[in-house]
Amino acid sequence: MPDDRAACDRRKFLHDLAKLPCATLLLGVVGPLETLATETEEGEEYYAMGIQVDRCIGCGLCVQACKTENDVPQEPYFFRTWVEHYEIHDDGSATVESPEGGIHGFPPGDDDRDVLRSFFVPKLCNQCDNPPCVQVCPVGATFKTEDGVVLVDQDYCIGCRYCIQACPYGARYLDPRTKTADKCTFCYHRITKGLLPACVEVCPTQARVFGELGTRSSPLHRMKRQDSLHVLKPSLNTEPKVLYANLDGEVR
Amino acid sequence: MNPLYEHLESALQRVSGFIYPNEVELHWGLLVVIYPYITGLVAGAFILASLEKVFRVKEVEPTYRLAMLTALAFLIVAPLPLLAHLGHPERSFEIFLTPHFKSAMAMFGFVYAWYLMVVLLLEIWFEYRADLIAWRKQSRGLKKLLYWILSLGSKNTSPEAIAFDRKAVYAITLIGIPSAFLLHGYVGFIFGSIKANPWWSSVLMPIVFLFSAIVSGIALVLLLYYITSMVRRKTPDMPCLNKLATFLLIALIVDLSLETLDFIHRLYESEESIEILRRLIFSKLFLSLTIVQLLLGTIGPILMLAFARFSRLPDEMKRLVYFVAAALVQVGIFSTRWNVVIGGQLFSKSLRGLTYYKLELGGVEGLLFGVALLVLPFVILYVLVKVLPPWEDTRPSEST
Repeated sequence: MPDDRAACDRRKFLHDLAKLPCATLLLGVVGPLETLATETEEGEEYYAMGIQVDRCIGCGLCVQACKTENDVPQEPYFFRTWVEHYEIHDDGSATVESPEGGIHGFPPGDDDRDVLRSFFVPKLCNQCDNPPCVQVCPVGATFKTEDGVVLVDQDYCIGCRYCIQACPYGARYLDPRTKTADKCTFCYHRITKGLLPACVEVCPTQARVFGELGTRSSPLHRMKRQDSLHVLKPSLNTEPKVLYANLDGEVR
Repeated sequence: MNPLYEHLESALQRVSGFIYPNEVELHWGLLVVIYPYITGLVAGAFILASLEKVFRVKEVEPTYRLAMLTALAFLIVAPLPLLAHLGHPERSFEIFLTPHFKSAMAMFGFVYAWYLMVVLLLEIWFEYRADLIAWRKQSRGLKKLLYWILSLGSKNTSPEAIAFDRKAVYAITLIGIPSAFLLHGYVGFIFGSIKANPWWSSVLMPIVFLFSAIVSGIALVLLLYYITSMVRRKTPDMPCLNKLATFLLIALIVDLSLETLDFIHRLYESEESIEILRRLIFSKLFLSLTIVQLLLGTIGPILMLAFARFSRLPDEMKRLVYFVAAALVQVGIFSTRWNVVIGGQLFSKSLRGLTYYKLELGGVEGLLFGVALLVLPFVILYVLVKVLPPWEDTRPSEST
């Protein structure tokens, strides 16, 4: 008799034990299905940035302003925003450079091949509406706010760097001081007070335009009306909210 | 100067072409190479062990307990490289407390806990229960206490209880096989689901990971069985070794076919990334991919195993060839992990340049710490084997 009872208890114990991880695994499978049902919300306060490529002169002020405003490490391996310089040559090949993120501008290079066209492209976090970095964060330290900005909670990030791997745009870095992931926040501390992001504020040619997607009076809306707009790597379906006007096909 | 900045400065000098400025730092180093290598060995060793229990492959019975203990020893070490590479290991418990269910990585803790607690520990406990009781009766003092704790106070050695143990082991193995697939397939998914990275992003990744896991697990158990037999001055059971060699050969062929399929598929589709991947393969990865992974680690062992298995070599020679082939397989699979993890970060996501990685000697991401992490499972296995001898000729429950 006692043996039977032991066997029975054991069976019940095993049964109960199996329930817990099963439920958890099920949640893990059901969770990703939600993404299929998510709709893009474009409310009043839904921020985006426009970049008019043909206006950028590559002065690097935006990179400097960003580093100062957001206390980004000064070393040239960490950038919330940077500027790339493209040269398309006669033979169709492209040369791209971004020395120190373009923070000191772009001195003339020693490539004496004929240049067909040349332009500068400011880059930053694309604040994707469908952000792969948010998807992969194991603890939810990276999240999308109601106004569409993707942020990192420095007190919560475990520093696994999965988000850095998942970002197709190279927009993230690991802050060596906090050992947590970091990236552009659209200067969230400024925009929530009605100010412009630092990079937009200092741009001498107004190549960067900031605004709310849903507001018809915002400068961004005018840009949307007047220019043909592109986003980076559209095939990845990240739905960037950094919109480029007159973007060259060479830019990735 | 900060050693990190020094390191990044020298890396920046060696970049070729254009990379995004944030890409100078390579984020997943040796530790993240070791992690899939170790979980692969766990899954592979377990799948080998399950062959005997579920599919009744009697020849490999001498390796069953050794394979289970090997899986356990490696599983205990598996989370260590992950923990060590975190910026904030002290926050790692957040993965359990507030997991983000859409993240593949968040599932690690649960898959790991499930595999360790429900599959491995439980199966080993049922497998050893009768022996633990017998060892407790035979020993004195602390040892007696140890076996009493390990047996969880169980005393019942009636034929019904033993029969229940067998049934339990069978049932757990049945759950265990998909769990082992989950454990390592999931590791493949961590990489395969990153659409930002064309070298990783592949639906085949979990399957390739699985088969390379099976390859590495079988090879490891073969090596361990051979070495432990030598140390114990016993002749290894030849039908068992032959069977292991056959399974290793089949697994290698499947693994190679899958890798080739992946390669041909990429080449045929020839997407935007093909040019930079071609440069990657022919420069940075030539040694570790073509020479070590493909020639030394896969094709070499396939030829050696096929020759030794089906030729009339004397048994001593056969064993030696199996041993060398299995050792080469280990090097090859480690290389495979390297090529996935490091290879996937050696090119820029701008697809315009190659980055640079240098393995340091010291430090947490260094070679010495990595070697220590790879030795640690063998130390644990040594202890496990001392406490729970897996040898058939020392089983007390059958001699008493």
